[in-house]
Amino acid sequence: MRYGMAIDTRKCVGCSDCVVACQTENSIPHGYTRDWISETVEGMYPNLALEIRSERCNHCDDTPCVRTCPTGSSHIIEGGIVKVTHEECIGCGACIESCPYDARYFHPEGYVDKCTFCDHRVKNGQDPACVSVCPTHCMYFGDLDDPNSEISKVVAKNKVKVLAPEAGTKPQIFYLV
Amino acid sequence: MREELITSGRMNPGIDPVLHGWHWPIPFYLFVGGLAAGLLFFAAYKVLFGKEKDFPTAVMIGPFVALAAIVMGLMALIYDLHHPLYAWQLFTTIRIESPMSWGAWTLMIVSIVNAVWIFTYLKKIFPDFNLKQNFLRKVISNFIEEKQSEGKLNWDWKYKFLRDFESFLIKNRKALAWLMMILSIILGVYTGILLSAFNARPLWNTALLGPLFLTSGFSTGAAMLMILSKTHLEKIAFSKIDVLLIIIELFFITHMFMGYLAGSEVKAEAAHYFMGGEFTVTFWVNVIILGLVVPLALETMELLNVKIPVIIPGLLILWGGMMFRFIMVDAGQVIRYLY
Repeated sequence: MRYGMAIDTRKCVGCSDCVVACQTENSIPHGYTRDWISETVEGMYPNLALEIRSERCNHCDDTPCVRTCPTGSSHIIEGGIVKVTHEECIGCGACIESCPYDARYFHPEGYVDKCTFCDHRVKNGQDPACVSVCPTHCMYFGDLDDPNSEISKVVAKNKVKVLAPEAGTKPQIFYLV
Repeated sequence: MREELITSGRMNPGIDPVLHGWHWPIPFYLFVGGLAAGLLFFAAYKVLFGKEKDFPTAVMIGPFVALAAIVMGLMALIYDLHHPLYAWQLFTTIRIESPMSWGAWTLMIVSIVNAVWIFTYLKKIFPDFNLKQNFLRKVISNFIEEKQSEGKLNWDWKYKFLRDFESFLIKNRKALAWLMMILSIILGVYTGILLSAFNARPLWNTALLGPLFLTSGFSTGAAMLMILSKTHLEKIAFSKIDVLLIIIELFFITHMFMGYLAGSEVKAEAAHYFMGGEFTVTFWVNVIILGLVVPLALETMELLNVKIPVIIPGLLILWGGMMFRFIMVDAGQVIRYLY
């Protein structure tokens, strides 16, 4: 079992529905987010290429955040989901500094917060909130270890990339390009 | 040409436009931690090499300053936590892979050894040491004399186990000195390793940061002893040590930038922040010129018998050491991977 996500950058229109869905589902305090939209423009006019990505914690295989946590609050649960135990977090910020994707932030209540792949929904067989609301159906979620799952097929069939592979974290969110 | 825009969602003040997870308490702690490491190293070093008599400031006064520095640093660290009441959870576990876990345990052990060291010298410092030299010392010594004349202050420890403990430690002072010397090196290196363990921050992610922060910490420790010491012998000895340490430090900094420039694109970009980028002026003026080159010149002149008040190079070195840590922590959080 290895949960992962695939996001089709060719279909994403950057509407931010995933951002709002996450904030609603997980009661994120005002002014903070666990996911966000990035827009990258490359090239020189008139040869421009636009890429829109919905970004969040990459639930990496090689997790610098879990490694640097001094209390063991950051940990990995079944399916490779990286989570933070709020009661064990002292708010030192070591994991925030260690994340090349800047996917973690200080929650106003004093602990570090991040995307959980909506594990409370996933264990009931539902998709994460962001995936379930996407109006263009550009997001796929599922078990990467199962070759017959939709996400495995999508990743196998398309040209994919991951973010900052040079950081060596083996991220598990794949962008279709 | 490449432009990156975050169009929606991430209005997170802690992350955008640049990450600022760590504010002034972290570099402040890195500075006082390095300073304490230097002071404790020189205290242990002088005892191990039998120079205890000639270097009373290094052996007896330095550790006092070191303990004060460690306590201030710890307070800053706890203040920086977003959940300070949970700080005790650092000591419920040992995590070999986490530099911060190493640091928490090292700091705890160092401060205990430091306090024990002071304990073994307390009797020697207060009655024997010439206290009537400045206002604060005068107040302390007057207080002690007054209490002694009233018969209220007895320098014998009240309990037998304390007396036994003290004589045991004094008998085994060399062993204590070895322990403190090793711990002070770990403390000094750790202040650099804390930053260099973060692969995600290209500026910090260099193995040279450990030895560099160690050298810089020892150099600030020597500068502090230079300022505090009363005898010409001690001042000159620490001046000489500082000249050597500054040269090593300049060497390390040169190598660090050579490493960045020869490294991958993110590393090269990190170096450019210091060579024309936004940190160029603060870094070169405060750290290199005021903190290293000027004191190096002044101390060399002093060793050549030109009269220079030792406080000038001393304070400049302390300033440079502090600025170096502030700039490294700030710049490290600005420079990131781009994808």
